[in-house]
Amino acid sequence: MKYIRIIPRLDIKGPNLVKGIHLEGLRVLGKPEEFAKLYYEQGADELIYQDTVASLYQRNSLTDIITKTAKNIFIPITVGGGLRSLEDINKVLRAGADKVALNTEAIKTPDFITQASRSFGSSTIVVAVETIKQPDNSYLAYTDNGREYTGVDVRSWVNEAEDRGAGEILLTSIDQEGTGNGFDLELIKMVSDSVTIPVIAHGGAANDSHIFDSIKDSGADAVAIASMLHYAALNKNGDLVGNFKKEGNTEFLKKKSSFKMFGKENISEIKNNLINKNIPLRVLN
Amino acid sequence: MDVAIIDYKMSNLFSVQAACQKVGLSSVITSDNNEILNAKIAILPGVGAFGKAMKFLGNSKLDDTIYQFVVSGKPFVGICLGLQLLFDSSDEFGDYKGLGLVKGKVKKFQFHSYESIKYPVPQIGWNKINSNGISWGKTLFCNNHNNDFMYFVHSFYVEPEDESIILSRTTYGNTEYCSSIQHNNIFACQFHPEKSGEIGLNIYKNLKKEYC
Repeated sequence: MKYIRIIPRLDIKGPNLVKGIHLEGLRVLGKPEEFAKLYYEQGADELIYQDTVASLYQRNSLTDIITKTAKNIFIPITVGGGLRSLEDINKVLRAGADKVALNTEAIKTPDFITQASRSFGSSTIVVAVETIKQPDNSYLAYTDNGREYTGVDVRSWVNEAEDRGAGEILLTSIDQEGTGNGFDLELIKMVSDSVTIPVIAHGGAANDSHIFDSIKDSGADAVAIASMLHYAALNKNGDLVGNFKKEGNTEFLKKKSSFKMFGKENISEIKNNLINKNIPLRVLN
Repeated sequence: MDVAIIDYKMSNLFSVQAACQKVGLSSVITSDNNEILNAKIAILPGVGAFGKAMKFLGNSKLDDTIYQFVVSGKPFVGICLGLQLLFDSSDEFGDYKGLGLVKGKVKKFQFHSYESIKYPVPQIGWNKINSNGISWGKTLFCNNHNNDFMYFVHSFYVEPEDESIILSRTTYGNTEYCSSIQHNNIFACQFHPEKSGEIGLNIYKNLKKEYC
């Protein structure tokens, strides 16, 4: 049996958990470590922390949040955002991360993947691929949270990443990300058919049917989900609201607004629904 | 000191230490011969390449320290690569000699499809441990149950010569493999108990109860 992983993805800006659409327009949602704890208790299989501005400002601000999380949460934590050197990777691993996700620097210098997988082991190195579908239906990789065009073709890039020792691919459709319109199934299928390492699908999930499709139709080994969990958590767990550092765009939280297109289920409810559709998943005893 | 977490520069030792701290075991991350031998329990963690790890253990004489610790009869725990290193040899990128504390080999998973599902290598994720009818009552698994989920990250698995040391088996696609062993004072597992939620922490809790 292969058990599919459900992985909450927490985008971080400064001290706060944020969420945008198409990786932009970030809204503050709360304290990341509190959401992380909630997701751990509900049966999350791993966590992803993505520093959304580290690449832009060339800083690594996540280490405090990682350490606070890793002391109490005993599932794997992947950290991405602004990792440019073996020393950067070492720093977040020492802070408590189990894996790192590399994008911008890996595209700039592909040998970084080779060096990193040799130094830390393939299973520690996740290559994050953020892609936009082009008018000719090809997929190109972008860096710096979707801001920078690279011209790199996704299919050949994931093959190269695997050859260079990547242990997993974290595949983000920037077109779908934050929209709640469902995953880009064609993209996920293309990538999972191209590599023999696990593929984590990310971008677009609003409900468990979307997750089901990404697994059944496209062969995803894991899914990373964000908006649908965060908005459900804010709906159900009132005490999470208001618990954030007053930095960034907090208008969304103050208005207590919501997004109708996202489901209201937490991780354990999502898992139960998927198990009823015969998707093999880990459940808590 | 309760636990010496053996540092051979190859893994995330933080999570092992965090698990020890959570269950009230004092621990130190160390490559120091005396510090390791004076601890009540030694843990050999690890993620990464077998050959590189053996080279480091040899060059730093940590292999001798590990032998001495195991001979002392005190509890010794191997995790992931720390399980594989205990064996005679590995076929990872050529043939490497291991510590030889357990008779058997280390083999590589093959990427394959089984019942129209693809099984990527490495195996990364949760899988079940199966007791195979063996009683776990007197082992570190005494609070665990048949088919408990544990977290695995590996491309290689062990094949002990003596099947009676196998505590659990796990199935990945068409491959059923040994996912933990108990051999005298050595307990070792392929999965990461410190990354396997509260169920995995049971193993650390038992380590404290039984031995400290």
